Amino acid sequence: MTASIMAARIKQKRIAQLIAHGKRLDERGPNDHRQIQIETGLIERAEGSARVRLGKTEVLVGIKIEVGEPFLDVPNEGVLTVNAELVPLASPTFEAGPPDENSIELARIVDRGIRESKAIDLGSLCVEPGKKVFVVFVDIYVLNHDGNLIDASALASLAALLNTKMFNYDVKEGEIKIKPGYTPLPLRNHPIAVTFAKINDKLIADPWLEEEQIMDARLTMTVDKDGKICALQKGGYGYFTTQQVFEATKIAVEKAEELRKLVVKE
Amino acid sequence: MSQKKQEKLIDENGVRLDGRKVNELRPLKIEVGVLGNADGSAYIEMGKNKILAAVYGPREVHPKHLALPDRALLRCRYHMAPFSVQERKSPAPSRREMELSKVIREALEPSVFIEYYPRTSIDLFIEVLQADGGTRCAGITVASLALADAGIPMRDLVAACAAGKVEGQIVLDLTDVEDKGGEADMPLAFMPNANAITLLQMDGMLTEEEFEQTISLAVEGCKQVYQLQKEALKAKYMAAKDVVKEEATEE
Repeated sequence: MTASIMAARIKQKRIAQLIAHGKRLDERGPNDHRQIQIETGLIERAEGSARVRLGKTEVLVGIKIEVGEPFLDVPNEGVLTVNAELVPLASPTFEAGPPDENSIELARIVDRGIRESKAIDLGSLCVEPGKKVFVVFVDIYVLNHDGNLIDASALASLAALLNTKMFNYDVKEGEIKIKPGYTPLPLRNHPIAVTFAKINDKLIADPWLEEEQIMDARLTMTVDKDGKICALQKGGYGYFTTQQVFEATKIAVEKAEELRKLVVKE
Repeated sequence: MSQKKQEKLIDENGVRLDGRKVNELRPLKIEVGVLGNADGSAYIEMGKNKILAAVYGPREVHPKHLALPDRALLRCRYHMAPFSVQERKSPAPSRREMELSKVIREALEPSVFIEYYPRTSIDLFIEVLQADGGTRCAGITVASLALADAGIPMRDLVAACAAGKVEGQIVLDLTDVEDKGGEADMPLAFMPNANAITLLQMDGMLTEEEFEQTISLAVEGCKQVYQLQKEALKAKYMAAKDVVKEEATEE
């Protein structure tokens, strides 16, 4: 095992000790995120794209829109599909192959935030009820794993959706004819995921890789533009007390507001 | 489909479609030790949910390279039978089942002294025979009992139950119809002895205040489930005691 996979025991101990005193090894406060950089529109072939750098964590999201069939139970709505790839170039611990449970969980957490906040007006993506709708593919591509893939991926997905341009089209005899020009994909809500790690019975926001390695449990809260909570996910083998969950909610609502300003330019 | 949606899920007296009050659990039937081959097993009916759980282990790990030097490897498979839902479900594991297997494992692992069994595996199988909303919670409840039935040392039983918001009201233990027609669903697993939440998920939309109410209600629900779990576990041994007594008198 190379040194880059696991932090040395002595470093892990130091990280945990500092957190017990409300400090962190990289000198952040308990609720601070790492520096965030967002670039959009870097993939011209995609309808929308964004790259988010959260410290050294790097995630690229591409949006593709294609014509497809609706689900049987919602015949007059477009389809949202979120997929995550933990490609081997992003970490020595990632391997090629079909999506494992970590990438499925990641995709489903991001999916839940977008879906439950009703960010995309799926009703407007119906061409012919029961037969033809638009499918929005959100493909999350992790390029460098240094912890907290969830917040980075959710942020990149939102940034990419805000960057998405739908091609103009006409419907003639049930066939879709693409016309020149694009219009932005309308978004009705802006969900933001905020993830906490529990270490030494203390909560910290935005854990980086070495903090994730020693965390007992993880909690992600997705907050919508009105400060409502629209998705939750606990992960890891530890647990949270009710008090800790309430504490996290308060912080998440504030943090989401702050992070949203980085992506959504009024 | 559209007719169903128009039907009100909670009437003006606060009574739900299946006759329950907003803070009432579905009728629960739990049985421990139901399968012959498994080291531990249990069966639960929670309303129309019917779920079997079985535990094999601690046993040798296959493939061997997965063995952990300092603790047991807890593995979990949550799976739905093709006939468990309205439209036949393909028996191949779906993305949803993959995610649920992961979160269920993480909900149960804090309760098990896995450090007692290094280099072994504890394999947990949850088969949903019939589903009606809240299968992950019922699955955790029944799986925890199967672990106890297998005689594996545990810190506490894990009880699980969902709460959510339906037609503006905070309700306990949502059915499938309530989940689909409601505003939010929050499955939660709880170890009462440690005041520990070991599974927490939510989809829907809740304000901060509603969120706190929902968590509190779900925790209350878990405590009720917990009592029934303990009774079911005791019932198995009481039955065994009766058999021993009978045999003794026959001699």
